[in-house]
Amino acid sequence: MPVGWANQDKTAIVGIGATDYYVRGKSWPRTINDMAGEAILKACEDAGISIKDIDGFAYYSTAGAGYLDKFDTASLMETLGMPNISFSATLTSGGGGCPGAIGLATAGLMNEDCKYVVTLMALQQLPQHRLGVVFGAAAPSAENSFLQPSGLVGPGHLMSMLTRRHMHLYGTTQDAFGEIVMATRANTHNRPKAVRKAPLTKEEYDHSVMLADPLRRLDFCLETDGAVAVITTTMDRAKDCRHKPAVVHACAHGGQREWGRAFAWMGMPDPHFASSGHKFTADRIWAQSGLSAKDMDVALIYDHFSPMVLMQLEDYGFCEKGEGGDYVLSGKIRYDAATQGGVNGGVPVNTHGGNLNEAYIIGMTHIVEGVEQVRGTAINQVKDAEFALVSGGPASLPVSSLILRSA
Amino acid sequence: MSEPIKYGPAKLLPGDQIRISTNPDTEPFWLAAKEHRLTACQCAACGHFRMPPTAYCPECSSTEKNWPTLPGTATVFSYVVCNRNPKDGEPYIYVPVVVDIDGAPGARLNANVTGCNAEDVHIGMKVTVEWTEIQDGWVLPNFRKL
Repeated sequence: MPVGWANQDKTAIVGIGATDYYVRGKSWPRTINDMAGEAILKACEDAGISIKDIDGFAYYSTAGAGYLDKFDTASLMETLGMPNISFSATLTSGGGGCPGAIGLATAGLMNEDCKYVVTLMALQQLPQHRLGVVFGAAAPSAENSFLQPSGLVGPGHLMSMLTRRHMHLYGTTQDAFGEIVMATRANTHNRPKAVRKAPLTKEEYDHSVMLADPLRRLDFCLETDGAVAVITTTMDRAKDCRHKPAVVHACAHGGQREWGRAFAWMGMPDPHFASSGHKFTADRIWAQSGLSAKDMDVALIYDHFSPMVLMQLEDYGFCEKGEGGDYVLSGKIRYDAATQGGVNGGVPVNTHGGNLNEAYIIGMTHIVEGVEQVRGTAINQVKDAEFALVSGGPASLPVSSLILRSA
Repeated sequence: MSEPIKYGPAKLLPGDQIRISTNPDTEPFWLAAKEHRLTACQCAACGHFRMPPTAYCPECSSTEKNWPTLPGTATVFSYVVCNRNPKDGEPYIYVPVVVDIDGAPGARLNANVTGCNAEDVHIGMKVTVEWTEIQDGWVLPNFRKL
């Protein structure tokens, strides 16, 4: 694998904007475009630029807004009044590409197609369009006819299948999943916008309803309505923006065939089956940067389901493969507010509370937290944070990841 | 850690609520299932198995396919215990399994398993195919504990 990256430290995230986070279905009668517009306009304000300066869009999730609506650049121009657009592109598949979209933005910027690029997600679930059953609601395609008849109809069912294999191979326990939920819940008590703020006890976790054994309701992420947008630009322009740039130090998307369609397929051989599918992308960002997991000051790990945090910790090398349970249970993902650092030699994970506790906007909240950490303005600030890792959702390829660096 | 849950018998999802669709690449699998014959898509050029069936062999790019008759047995690779019928949300104990198909190395199927209590399903458990009639005259391979 080639070492280094020609575009290292050439671009930066300069603007972040978000709506309130609503419990699923509670954002109505706002429309999804209303929320998307608010996020974009707030990101422009945060960057100190005009909406008229935006000339690029780098989406992920196949430009999906949630999994049921679609973004369209022409409609956004019509709504928000950007005079012209010279870059409009998306990564394919779903939430796995979230931080990878910043690499796509970088591609557009480095190709001199555009100057200020928006990456965006908006999510709104109306009662008739529930995300969690999106697989089950669709008539099965010829491909999906090999999956859906088994009653694997929700993402939680699918993720449980991988989790069970991990427990079998490595002796991983549900206690470790509980620790992931509790450790990240402990980071939301002081966050005004977080959906779940009350501290969580092990007893409460153990009594959480079993939805797809071995996973309980509290192992599933929140279902949130809302929108988040970020703006990426070149480093020379970033210096003129309002805040300290969050420098794009490494960014990669992709994956290997052994993971492929992942839990939409279930054909992954060991050890890929009981993994997050991130090993290939992890190796790429470490090769791009010359860094490793231990160099990260904070890790914003996509947490649609708690065991996927554990499997990403393994794939990114925070611990050895199979040792995620012990790593987590030794307290190493916790954030210690007193020292503004990690616990027991670990790297704090999801200082914003993540998808499990703060809000689920398909990965964008993890980018926002990464930006705030390297700016030095995070609510749960890691002292002198220089490097923040941001990962996308373990799912069908591409998955992706990003290292942000303080300027 | 909390105590393991006692679920009771693992049931198959009712066939009358299950639909499939086919395409020219996958239809031979389902036609064989109608005859209660478990097969998997095998490359006729290099012998590599692939499931679901696709147009090309990912190993050698051949489009030629074999549909061998397999023993009909399999091994549980992983499983999930589910407790609600996806159709109506009512309590219903079923166990989706991913199985390695005997005689077709690398090929897997996703199905339900029956013939034991849900809490007794385990990885490595040997199973044999059990045919379930579903909508539109198609037949679905499920599995029973051996």
